[in-house]
Amino acid sequence: MAQYMFLLFDSEEWYDNITPEDWQQAMKLHGAFTEAVEKAGARILGGEALERSSTASTVRQREGAEPLVTDGPFIETKEALGGFYVIEARDLDQALELAKICPSGNVEVRPVMPTSGDAEPPA
Amino acid sequence: MAQQPGAPTDLPPSAYPPAPVEVARVVDRAHRESWSTVLVSVVRLTRDLDLAEDCTQDAFVQALRTWPDGIPANPGGWLTTVARRLALDRMRRETNLRRKLPLLVEDPVAPDDVEQPTDPLRLVFTCCHPALARDSQVALTLRLICGLTTREVAAGLLISEPTAAARITRAKKKIAAASIPYRIPADEELPARLDAVLTVVHLVYTAGHVAAGSELTRTDLTGRAVELARMLVRLMPNEAEPQALLGLLLMTEARGDARVSEDGELVLLADQDRSRWDIRMLAEGVSRATAALERGQGRFALQAAVAGLHVTAPSWEKTDWGQVVRMYDAMMISWPTPIVALNRAAARSLVPGADLDQVLAELDALSNESALKSYAYLPAARADVLARLGRVAEAADAYHLAITLTANETERRFLSHRLAGLPD
Repeated sequence: MAQYMFLLFDSEEWYDNITPEDWQQAMKLHGAFTEAVEKAGARILGGEALERSSTASTVRQREGAEPLVTDGPFIETKEALGGFYVIEARDLDQALELAKICPSGNVEVRPVMPTSGDAEPPA
Repeated sequence: MAQQPGAPTDLPPSAYPPAPVEVARVVDRAHRESWSTVLVSVVRLTRDLDLAEDCTQDAFVQALRTWPDGIPANPGGWLTTVARRLALDRMRRETNLRRKLPLLVEDPVAPDDVEQPTDPLRLVFTCCHPALARDSQVALTLRLICGLTTREVAAGLLISEPTAAARITRAKKKIAAASIPYRIPADEELPARLDAVLTVVHLVYTAGHVAAGSELTRTDLTGRAVELARMLVRLMPNEAEPQALLGLLLMTEARGDARVSEDGELVLLADQDRSRWDIRMLAEGVSRATAALERGQGRFALQAAVAGLHVTAPSWEKTDWGQVVRMYDAMMISWPTPIVALNRAAARSLVPGADLDQVLAELDALSNESALKSYAYLPAARADVLARLGRVAEAADAYHLAITLTANETERRFLSHRLAGLPD
């Protein structure tokens, strides 16, 4: 067996007027996908929903200067996604400190969205 | 202290209803002096910025409604008690509702619900967190620390009200969703984090000082910035840079009136009537700047030093330009930005016997900096040097460019006068 990462891209406008019913429906679809994967004899090793890109921060390494922290997602197109970590940290300050020592030129730091059974649709 | 003059203190305040104008004045002063302390006290209880903000706002609304029956002896204390009670009520009522946003992440060592005099600092550092865009830091600081309404924030920053509201809402959501911590940074992070806070306060002042449109200054924003700087000095007495920033702002503020002539025209520092400067404010500014400089050559200490050299000189001509250039040289070491380079070049052009061709070459080189592409001061400085070199046609071109670039009507009129004053 080989391992693959699925990166999910969707319009974020969907979140703007989301109702609890929409949210439940989306959760159901992901539940159905999980079942389909298992039925096919494959396995889901991990996965998370992410908070909106407006909650992202980006850490860029700079020649001869401290890494730069900016608000918002990584939007350059020259670089390509080359890997990922899911990290549990105390708060964003600790996450950003770790992103600064992460061996990558650019790290987008995105909070993971709570999706447990009783989670509400995101605010 | 806030009681109506002459009202005996042993009678219930309601026996002496204060005049409406007196109530408005006291509420307004309490808003300026106590908004942030009331808010942080409620945040300590709720760990939820939105809820705390609503309850603080509601406490001020209650004050407007009930203080006409008698103004409390301690308005700030009254407001804190009322805001916290409102918060407790809402938390009890909403206890069954599931939360949309996570609670603020606090320092694990912070004792629960014990007031700390430095509490407002935690809020300041959260509002000015580097993971928030600079625009959002400024809007959030004005809203949460100064208590400005969204409408006032929009008016002060010359943005639309929906834009201001969106910036504030988005920043608050990011603080909660991304777990931006609600705490004073540790010693090793402090210099960088403090610099961001001071930059925001300086931006608030600048937004008030060179507001685009017809008025040259927006007194409210400049006043708020000075108050913010004073608060930082009070809460961080051992740091030199807040002192330096306060000194810098006071020295600029002290020249306020002289900056505009009686018919509303901009007056350059060179042409200002120095007797119109506010001497007391100036003296405080100079002494704050001096104290800060004795403790280090930080970014704001050096800027304050430049301001100090200007205001203590007997005239524009007698300013110690060599010393001004040395301050910019020092700034270029720790803070090498195109704007500092531009200011240094402009100062060098004023040193007696300056090599103007060399200064012009420096200014021309700066024209390629993208950060200065739309900065009116660069062509204005070039125009001045070109005019002094007798290259009138090029000076006129440079003035035209500066006039196109400035967003401030008063500055535009000033530049047009200079253009018209060029020899044929």
